Amino acid sequence: MKPDKDWTLIIKPKGSLLNLNLREVWRYRDLLEMYIRRDIVTFYKQTILGPLWFFIQPVFTTIIYMFVFGGLAGISTDGIPQPLFYLSGICLWNYFSESLIKTSDTFLVNQGIFGKVYFPRLIAPLSVIITGLLKLFIQLGLFFAAYIWFVSKGMPNTINSDAWFFPLLILMLGLLGLGYGIIISSLTTKYRDLKFLIAFGVNLWMYATPVIYPLSVMEGRFQNYMWIMQANPVTSILETFKAGFLGQGTFTIQTLTYSAIHTIVVLILGIFIFNRVERSFMDVV
Amino acid sequence: MSNIAIKFENISKQYRLGKIGTGTISHDLNRWWAKFRGKEDPYLKIGEVNRRDTKAEGDYVWALRDINLEVEQGEVLGIIGKNGAGKSTLLKLLSRVTAPTTGQILVNGRIASLLEVGTGFHPEMTGRENIFMNGAIMGMTKAEIRRKFDEIVDFAGVEKYIDTPVKRYSSGMTVRLGFAVAAHLEPEILVVDEVLAVGDAEFQKKAIGKMQDVSKEQGRTVLFVSHNMAAVRNLCKKGIVLSDGMKILEDEVNIAVDYYLAETKSDLVKRAVINDKYRPSYCSKDVEILEIELLNELQIATNEPLKIRLKLKVNNFSKKEARITGMLNAQSGSRVGLFFSKHFQFPENSKSFDVVVTLNSHNLAKGLYYFDFNIGSGDPSTGLTDFDLVYNTISFEVIYDDYNNLNQIAKWASNWGYNNFKNLDLKILHNEII
Repeated sequence: MKPDKDWTLIIKPKGSLLNLNLREVWRYRDLLEMYIRRDIVTFYKQTILGPLWFFIQPVFTTIIYMFVFGGLAGISTDGIPQPLFYLSGICLWNYFSESLIKTSDTFLVNQGIFGKVYFPRLIAPLSVIITGLLKLFIQLGLFFAAYIWFVSKGMPNTINSDAWFFPLLILMLGLLGLGYGIIISSLTTKYRDLKFLIAFGVNLWMYATPVIYPLSVMEGRFQNYMWIMQANPVTSILETFKAGFLGQGTFTIQTLTYSAIHTIVVLILGIFIFNRVERSFMDVV
Repeated sequence: MSNIAIKFENISKQYRLGKIGTGTISHDLNRWWAKFRGKEDPYLKIGEVNRRDTKAEGDYVWALRDINLEVEQGEVLGIIGKNGAGKSTLLKLLSRVTAPTTGQILVNGRIASLLEVGTGFHPEMTGRENIFMNGAIMGMTKAEIRRKFDEIVDFAGVEKYIDTPVKRYSSGMTVRLGFAVAAHLEPEILVVDEVLAVGDAEFQKKAIGKMQDVSKEQGRTVLFVSHNMAAVRNLCKKGIVLSDGMKILEDEVNIAVDYYLAETKSDLVKRAVINDKYRPSYCSKDVEILEIELLNELQIATNEPLKIRLKLKVNNFSKKEARITGMLNAQSGSRVGLFFSKHFQFPENSKSFDVVVTLNSHNLAKGLYYFDFNIGSGDPSTGLTDFDLVYNTISFEVIYDDYNNLNQIAKWASNWGYNNFKNLDLKILHNEII
């Protein structure tokens, strides 16, 4: 009898729960790349405007927000020019919400492929997160272009040392979306109800996040509801970004640490559930 | 022991019957509670043997039960069994699409599965892009695919369309492209499940040739699942027979196939009441086959005329005449031959009526056979119309009971074909005296 380690593969009823199989994911990195390329290329095939669509959505949303929230409702933007305020919030929030929504139906969308061949299932949600990242960078390019335009028109330069948090913020947003997304995707294989919840749930979540208003307004006028804002891990990520690049934002190291811990816990929980489900979801989906 | 490629150890797979999503929460909670108290999963016990024909009592069935199997390096193993015997489940476990309930599988080498070719093709992407995508899904690296790219395109025969989106391809081209990628994987272990049923004849020949190359010349291990016994005999050295999720035989391929065919004898059908299960494709049913009955006993002698009664119903009264075609198949799935009746007028003023066809000399060799039937009309000059087409209807066994045959041939070998020609004259023309 051979010792177990001599076999290249051992198929067992249940794998270990926290094993991310990162080595296997690495071995399939070419597939990850193909997935990302597929998502980007097929995004604008047979469209006239092509990649321009990446810009159209945030630009129009910003204009509408300026009219509805800035104009009609008269919500303050903490002295930040409205386009910059809304654009930064929209770009970051879109990245988070799209990461969450698109990874949340990983198993349902891919059941055809998953039912026929094996590859590390994590490739599918990971590709969504990375594709979204590319989209985010393109849209942030728009934000910085607008920023430079405002500075050239006489707005003082507001980028400060807090901007160094930027890579951490993006990483947290992506992983938070991934974590919540794979938890929901794992549960929807069995309980489809969650699919309906997620669609409007994410919409409501946005209003509990300082996207269309600054946190300072909330603090001043709705002290009783501040706990919602504090429990929301996205709050401090957006506020830190605005503090770093636009000079106005309310965050402390404590709130940022809370977001980081929240992200790590959700991610670990997500991987835990995802690993359980990926081995047998074909029987229940 | 080092040349074992795959080892199945006590592999079982349990499935839940009925609608998924009803009562699962309560079962899940029960499971967690049992686990929490350190007890065994309460639902693992209920499982029963998987038989489609008897009504299940519990909610769970075993699709596979205690499979132990060793496959040697370079061996071509045929897996045979009736529908629902667990063949495909076994391959699914091996290709890690789903996990076993108990036991473990030990594997040595890279596995590629041809469960279905063309997996992950995106219709909007070109043939070129899809080759890379599909190859990557199957576990190839970009460098590997680039190296074999020309070979793949050549094998699939789609050079002209390589930069056209796959949605513009014909279905045959898509399948060919998918198989071409899979065939160039160079895995140590290849898992094949009935893929040969697709594509045109020329391509099937190519595909079988490639499989033989893989097994014979390159010494790879192949697991082959098929209902085509001729293909199994042809390609495999060893065979296992699965029945109700259990392995009931493991032996040299010819013995396994013969055993399987003998086992299916108990399934002979003397009378078939036709319903839509017998009609896999659309039929107008202008004239409908209601019932088919073999008037002989289930065992037919080689020299016995074959009598079949068909009950027909006319649904479209503008049809006045038709012809019956009987299509005879060996149990292995190979078509043996056809008979055509002449055109006959339907009896007047009757909605349904019986027809008896008699095949006076059938020349069939010893073995198991089944009939497909077609009722239609017309000839090549006016065009042919099918009214009804039913598959896999009555089945029977041909045995030897005439003296000559019994004395001459002890056992009809399976590779002798299906026709035992009779009425042979033998004349000795020349005689030289010593």
